[in-house]
Amino acid sequence: MIHSLFLVNASGDIFLEKHWKSVVSRSVCDYFFEAQERATEPENVPPVISTPHHYLISVLRHRIYFVAVIQSEVPPLFVIEFLHRVVDTFQDYFGVCTEAAIKDNVVVVYELLEEMLDNGFPLATESNILKELIKPPTILRTMVNTITGSTNVGEQLPTGQLSVVPWRRTGVKYTNNEAYFDVVEEIDAIIDKSGSTITAEIQGVIDACVKLTGMPDLTLSFMNPRLLDDVSFHPCVRFKRWEAERILSFIPPDGNFRLLSYHVSSQNLVAIPVYVKHNITFREGSSQGRFDLTLGPKQTMGKAVEAVLVSSQLPRGVLNANLNPSQGTYTFDPVTKLLTWDVGKINPQKLPSLKGTMSLQAGASKPDENPTINIQLKIQQMAISGLKVNRLDMYGEKYKPFKGIKYMTKAGKSVSSYLFEFLFI
Amino acid sequence: MSASSAFNDEKGGSSSVGEPEYGHDPASGGIFSSDYKRHDDLKEMLDSNKDALKLEAMKRIVAMIARGKNASDLFPAVVKNVACKNIEVKKLVYVYLVRYAEEQQDLALLSISTFQRGLKDPNQLIRASALRVLSSIRVTIIVPIMMLAIKEAASDMSPYVRKTAAHAIPKLYSLDPEQKDQLIEVIEKLLADKTTLVAGSVVMAFEEVCPERIDLIHKNYRKLCNLLIDVEEWGQVVIINMLTRYARTQFLNPNINESLLEEGGGGDKTFYCSDEDEDEDEEKEKQAEVSALAKRKPYVMDPDHRLLLRNTKPLLQSRNAAVVMAVAQLYFHLAPKAEVGVIAKALVRLLRSHSEVQFVVLQNVATMTIKRRGMFEPYLKSFYIRSTDPTQIKILKLEVLTNLANETNISTILREFQTYIKSMDKDFVAATIQAIGRCATNIGEVRDTCLNGLVQLLSNRDELVVAESVVVIKKLLQMQPEKHSDIIKHMAKLTDNIQVPMARASILWLIGEYCEHVPKIAPDVLRKMAKSFTNEEDIVKLQIINLAAKLYLTNSKQTKLLTQYVLNLAKYDQNYDIRDRARFIRQLIVPTEKSGALSKYAKKLFLALKPAPVLESPFKDRDHFQLGSLSHLLNAKAGGYQELPDWPESAPDPSVRNVEVKESVPEWTKCSSREKRKEKKVEKPFYSDSEGESGPTESADSEPDTGSGSESVSVSVESGSPSDSEESEESSESDEDEEEEEKEKKKKKKEIKQMQASESEQSSEDDRKRDRKIKEQKSNSESESDEDSESESSQSESSDTESEVEVKKKKKVSEPKPPSKPLKKEKKEMSLLDLDDFEPTPSPQVTPVNTFLSNSLVTDLEGLSLSDSVLSPATIAPSSALKNYELLHRITGEGLSVEYCFSRQAFSPDANMVAVQMHFTNNATSDTKNLHIEDVKLQSGMRVKEFAEIELLPAGEATTAVMGVDFCDSTQAANFQLCTHTRKFFVSIQPPVGELMRPVFLTENEFKKEQSQLMGMNEISENLTLDAKCRNEHAIVQRVTTAANLSRVPCGSDKECRFAGKTVTSGSLVLATVATKDEGAAQLTVNCEKMVIGTMLVKDLLLALTQ
Repeated sequence: MIHSLFLVNASGDIFLEKHWKSVVSRSVCDYFFEAQERATEPENVPPVISTPHHYLISVLRHRIYFVAVIQSEVPPLFVIEFLHRVVDTFQDYFGVCTEAAIKDNVVVVYELLEEMLDNGFPLATESNILKELIKPPTILRTMVNTITGSTNVGEQLPTGQLSVVPWRRTGVKYTNNEAYFDVVEEIDAIIDKSGSTITAEIQGVIDACVKLTGMPDLTLSFMNPRLLDDVSFHPCVRFKRWEAERILSFIPPDGNFRLLSYHVSSQNLVAIPVYVKHNITFREGSSQGRFDLTLGPKQTMGKAVEAVLVSSQLPRGVLNANLNPSQGTYTFDPVTKLLTWDVGKINPQKLPSLKGTMSLQAGASKPDENPTINIQLKIQQMAISGLKVNRLDMYGEKYKPFKGIKYMTKAGKSVSSYLFEFLFI
Repeated sequence: MSASSAFNDEKGGSSSVGEPEYGHDPASGGIFSSDYKRHDDLKEMLDSNKDALKLEAMKRIVAMIARGKNASDLFPAVVKNVACKNIEVKKLVYVYLVRYAEEQQDLALLSISTFQRGLKDPNQLIRASALRVLSSIRVTIIVPIMMLAIKEAASDMSPYVRKTAAHAIPKLYSLDPEQKDQLIEVIEKLLADKTTLVAGSVVMAFEEVCPERIDLIHKNYRKLCNLLIDVEEWGQVVIINMLTRYARTQFLNPNINESLLEEGGGGDKTFYCSDEDEDEDEEKEKQAEVSALAKRKPYVMDPDHRLLLRNTKPLLQSRNAAVVMAVAQLYFHLAPKAEVGVIAKALVRLLRSHSEVQFVVLQNVATMTIKRRGMFEPYLKSFYIRSTDPTQIKILKLEVLTNLANETNISTILREFQTYIKSMDKDFVAATIQAIGRCATNIGEVRDTCLNGLVQLLSNRDELVVAESVVVIKKLLQMQPEKHSDIIKHMAKLTDNIQVPMARASILWLIGEYCEHVPKIAPDVLRKMAKSFTNEEDIVKLQIINLAAKLYLTNSKQTKLLTQYVLNLAKYDQNYDIRDRARFIRQLIVPTEKSGALSKYAKKLFLALKPAPVLESPFKDRDHFQLGSLSHLLNAKAGGYQELPDWPESAPDPSVRNVEVKESVPEWTKCSSREKRKEKKVEKPFYSDSEGESGPTESADSEPDTGSGSESVSVSVESGSPSDSEESEESSESDEDEEEEEKEKKKKKKEIKQMQASESEQSSEDDRKRDRKIKEQKSNSESESDEDSESESSQSESSDTESEVEVKKKKKVSEPKPPSKPLKKEKKEMSLLDLDDFEPTPSPQVTPVNTFLSNSLVTDLEGLSLSDSVLSPATIAPSSALKNYELLHRITGEGLSVEYCFSRQAFSPDANMVAVQMHFTNNATSDTKNLHIEDVKLQSGMRVKEFAEIELLPAGEATTAVMGVDFCDSTQAANFQLCTHTRKFFVSIQPPVGELMRPVFLTENEFKKEQSQLMGMNEISENLTLDAKCRNEHAIVQRVTTAANLSRVPCGSDKECRFAGKTVTSGSLVLATVATKDEGAAQLTVNCEKMVIGTMLVKDLLLALTQ
């Protein structure tokens, strides 16, 4: 399985190495650096690289490459999924997963890695178990440790590892018992030049923050569970119960976790919350181009569209853009040719627009690439698919918890992209 | 790394402790001084008495290791601290030890004794961690110690230690492969382990040490399948991959007769030229085959094969991409074609994950789409490319889109492709053009459209685009050159502008090859090329020579001199390939005296008809590697890759997977120890509580035992058709068989039942036989009904390990006597419950034991009760039938009628629920499908545990199911909808108060004590006159126990009957006393903490006793 792990930063330095079996020389990473050089973009480094004696499987997160060294056959996804789990754990522990954070907490990182893999095979990857073994560093604890000389390593033995519910640590106690659920939906759409939708889909997740004493057994039911087309669960969810009753029944892990991610299938029903009017033209022979963009809200059920961010990759020939936004600010990076416009909130009475000219390289011919427009946005208090939580019940404990459910819609990571111009047909 | 960054790191590493006095210490400031000196300082700290200093030192050392600095010279100083009290120091020392032990073998031995001590520690976690570190020390000398430790740990009581032992096996194996045989023994032992904790790790060890020993899996196959859902996710991946290989060697190819089952119908036709013929044949055969199918002996899937498919399917919903991929590949390699489709949705879901995950998934999807295109067609749009995708993802998506293209969707795909051509990512544009070329070759209809589009691209401003188009057009033209001489002319013109060597070479080749179509232009092109020959790239030069040769052969008049000139230039070229070529061609085409016979055939050599290139997916034929594997991704065999074997011609003996019940004997006996039971409770699989009606009494642990036990039962029953349990799920044909069989069975019902009973009893162990002897003695008085219920309970025990079908089947078998059956069950259960009371925390695991114990105890009790005639009728045989209530009338239910009764059995998935046994009868003429419950409306606090969906209730058939309702000790009705595949019915279940309790066994003294605590408000008394028929004690007991689920409390006085019970949800005691007086007068007293329950119970009991 996993032999060694190297952490490589953006400038190509190995700043951490950990070996689970015999030591593998760090020179094995040279093959990785080669591939890195060949790739034009950081994310284009192939995740799996074959070298004469080893295989390198890497993931890129937060501008750090996590390179795992493999010696024999193992499902690549197994390694990739594990590496992502490592990053998630770091993020969970240190808040951010940056080179600086890892270097500052190198001992904790090492202790974590030691617990997560045994002989290259995952041992404890549940954050609740790990937190029982190794307490996450907080400012307060660091200070206390400094003064009293106590340690980060949990004193008690990790009994959670033995339990039926390995994801929940035992003996949880809170004075305020609360359970919060965030229903976050993302619209992922491709819209063509004329404004018609090519694909649109809604993906959602329910992230939970559960701080409840003891061993609560929760059930969460939906008003309209049939909306959910494809779901994947946290291991705590009882699958049979979902199959039979469409109810989420689970003993939650302690703290933050992703309960469920789902996909809403209704392809034609997806309401795109904004529309874009655009006019981007280049005239043949002149070194000027016109840029005109207007945004407007559409089907938002009365909720405000917030945190709108428009970005567009302009053609390589564009030297500069001289634009005038009706609201918000815009930036244009002349090197990457990326135009970003931070719009903010859309006011339906006064639609935001961005107008102006682009200057082209003198003498260059009219660029024929398509500028694409990506839009990010947020709508609070609404799940665009219409998913509604019916009720949340708790069994197994006597107290009455405080429950909260929040809905939010945003544009997906691979955002609505408006593609222009067709070649033929 | 520079010194300054080292300094920062150092700071980072130590800042969390930052001993102030050492902050100013010259030694710690000596980071800039030589390594030697700094290490001196660390040594000093390690030797000190203060834990804080040691910790600080260890932290700095670990930081050094993390940066890859050598810290091995500190070994002696560090190893001394291996027995340090401070846990963190100890852990860091372990980290250090494992890292450097290999280099400092002798010194490492110093630490071994510490771990050996640890191995004996009473705490399982310490034992485990000692074994873990010990086995990680790669020192050959300690191999025997490790071997011993592993062997010992493999039989440790704690599953966690056994898991660690499984982890240690591959470590030892890599250290000393000689130990293989001994290790296999340990693996074999651990494979038999029944805990989910161990399963994943031991299979991992199996895969690393002895993947070829597939025979070790046989006995554990079913257990692994059943445990799978509860194993941790990483273990799941390993187990699924192993089981895929196993299944390939043990089962028959489910797609042997598959061509008919091809999903998707007509749209599914393949478009690869190579496949086309085959496909047409298939099409023709289809008609014939459809009719033949009915007659042909259908392929029968091994039930174990089905078990694997069924148990892995839910894992498609896992959050772990590796698990989803593992299940997907299992389905791809093992499932019948019609079922493979289920994986598509899950794989498409993975495309929303991190880009590395997408990369791997798309590679696998690309391979799958070649074989099973129909599967992914509905998800075509999910593979559309987004501008934000990394290039490697874009290219893979393009590959998938190309594979998915067919006549129906090609126009949308091409439209997508057009937008891609406008992308700014040039590598991607090039790949798109190639994809268009492939679509054009594969789909004849769009060939011309594509060609036109590509020709338009030739006027694109971007040279790369043009060049790529030229290359693709060249390939397309080769298919039908006659029609397209104008395109060739157009391309000839391009030679003036286009600079990309590959494109130039392609154009020249085209002109040379088809010079007869462009007789005027060709020599002119050669002229131009001859002029620029010296400046061309090598591949272009080679093509110029080619062109010259071909023209010389066809049109020597015009081109003789030009050819000579080109050949002369080539003769003095720097590149020897070109010089060689020139020499070779000159000999071949220019006839001289020396030239041999070959020159006669020069024309044939050069202008032979060349086959058009087949544009193939690079993913073709990759599926001979197991999908999801590293080897598949690299398209090359990786070290340690286990070949996916071909399906066997005929299935090996399936009986090898049968497990003897004997194996379980030690488990049973172990269970009696209290500690063991505790541990077992811990191992309770999480999901199984929601499984089946009698679910959680069945632990995954005991599943294989009971499963196999009942296996023998079912075989004995179904000896006529050993496979019908499988078939009934799919073919109605066998269903009919079954029915017929059943009619026969009905006649022989009793015999069979007896047989079953004896059968199942035979399969149990010796100590049970003793019970049976007592029982048999007893059964003389109790008649055969006792035996019936015996078999009944053994059936229900095993039911959830069996396939649902088998459960149904059994129900059918037992169905003819529905009214009496629950009663008898109840009789058993009641005594069971008495027993439960002796053991206040019955863990699900031990329930089977309970049943056993209870059997013996019941008989013991019965034996006792023979002398004490008062007790036996009350606790053991309430003689009247349970009352049936109507849930759904035949008429309102459109033929479906449902009755329910309170079976008074403990509802095992949830002790706080009342078991409601529902009896479904389908009086309609058509089948009812998908019977399930929906839209449960309850008062707050109430809960319902639905019965598992009944997939099919054939016309005229009946079945039963058990659901649980937690009424919260109130008589509020539970309202819900009963749904069939067509209709929904609003129904409600209202419990009589007597059903809200369960019997409790109390002694007379306990009863009095409890009663004295429930006086005043909690006591309700009523005077009554007993019904004329109900004057004797026996009748009173019978009526009370019928009206309420209470148990009789032994009583010295014959004037009083006492009953005790507990409410189901809150467990409040319910005590009832009937004191008889003269002439039928009596006093009824109920003591209950819950006054409402008490009042209602009094009313009910009054009614029961007076009427």
